[in-house]
Amino acid sequence: MKMMLAILLTGILTENFVLAKFLGICPFLGVSKKLNTAVGMSAAVIFVMVLSTAVTYPINILLVKNDLEYLQTIVFILVIAALVQLVEIVLKKYIPALYNALGIYLPLITTNCAVLGVVLLNIENSYTFVQSVMNSLGAGLGFMLAMVMFAGVRERLESCDVPKFLQGLPITLIAASLVSVSFLGFSGIIEGIFG
Amino acid sequence: MEILTAVIIVSVIGLIAGLGLAIASKVMAVPVDEKAEEIQEVLPGANCGACGFSGCSGYAAALSQGKTTDTGLCAPGGAEVSEAVAKITGLAAGSVTPMAAVVLCQGNKHNTDTKLNYMGVKSCTMANQLFGGPKDCIYGCIGFGDCVEVCPYEAIHICDGVARINPLACRACKMCIKTCPKGLIELMPLHEAKAAVLCNNHEKGAVARKQCKAACIGCMRCVKACEYDAVKVENFCAKVDFEKCIGCGKCHEVCPVKCIDVIEPGKKITAAEVKAK
Repeated sequence: MKMMLAILLTGILTENFVLAKFLGICPFLGVSKKLNTAVGMSAAVIFVMVLSTAVTYPINILLVKNDLEYLQTIVFILVIAALVQLVEIVLKKYIPALYNALGIYLPLITTNCAVLGVVLLNIENSYTFVQSVMNSLGAGLGFMLAMVMFAGVRERLESCDVPKFLQGLPITLIAASLVSVSFLGFSGIIEGIFG
Repeated sequence: MEILTAVIIVSVIGLIAGLGLAIASKVMAVPVDEKAEEIQEVLPGANCGACGFSGCSGYAAALSQGKTTDTGLCAPGGAEVSEAVAKITGLAAGSVTPMAAVVLCQGNKHNTDTKLNYMGVKSCTMANQLFGGPKDCIYGCIGFGDCVEVCPYEAIHICDGVARINPLACRACKMCIKTCPKGLIELMPLHEAKAAVLCNNHEKGAVARKQCKAACIGCMRCVKACEYDAVKVENFCAKVDFEKCIGCGKCHEVCPVKCIDVIEPGKKITAAEVKAK
């Protein structure tokens, strides 16, 4: 239990996917202009991360049995892409409200590097099934935290007097790096608590 | 030999995924409302909400499902869209009077002064919260252009500190009307001469006059001059009923501050007329 909590918190704070591992930067910069789109995107990411971890875990066992570990990346991309498409079809049919809420974001993250990254990292850390799911959940929640925080920062930036040469993407990148640096403050906190 | 197993495993996984998706998309296909899609293609796609539904897709769905039978709700599309929608749905084409939005304020830099040196965010909504904006008149256009930003047709510009709308570019979607914190923008029938009170100041005459040189002082002369009972004065500010007004211009003649004027949105003005003004 203690271990689970440690994995979850590590995923959210110290090993934050966006701000510490620099995975999933494209949606981080692209969809964080407004708070509601940021929340929609992160919800879809959490959903897909957990689901794809649960599906790829048994597939990895199959690959390891046949000494085919080097196929992990290509097989996982295939499986995750197919899975997201399937989920989209199912949602469209049975839960149209959720389908409309996730909207464009669900197909957008089919081959998101953060989703593939969390699946590969689970294997690299040789987590068990439950630990893998926990790590994915933590990574997804961490993604949401970063997105929501950064959406707030960007909404404030909108009404700021920014020098002309920094307007738009440059100031966004600077702000992103500052948020990322601030997350360095969490390093060591997990060892401190669960040590 | 090893490469063969690799190829087989990836192909099998790909095949299963592909077949699964193909079957799933057939089994769980959602019937698409073709009529709604057809209607949506005819609609302008501005998603302005002037029809009262959630964007163009909402209006298209409501029309195809029979929730509404009024094909004339799309103000930006006008009569053309109404006819096209009527053709698809088989309903009667609604009558759409082309309208254009007009900013009812003349509080430009010459007519009104500023009471405070506003340094904050250039947004009318924000400035309005600080003593009703930087201008002396708290009823008039602040001129930071919230309406300019919200206009999907780029019809609004700030001229001399007051928003002005190009009636020919305006499609009457009412986005600016919803945005303006002072409620200064109104729709007027396009290409029809109507008198309009270009002021929203509700102070008593003397106070209003100090705030803005073009302020309506509520003197009632226009009410008395109007033969069609189209002008009313409420809270020291005149208001024209566009349905009753015929645009004779008698109210403009008697108005001492010339804040009531006959406007014809979309009318072409010759250079001589501009000089005369």
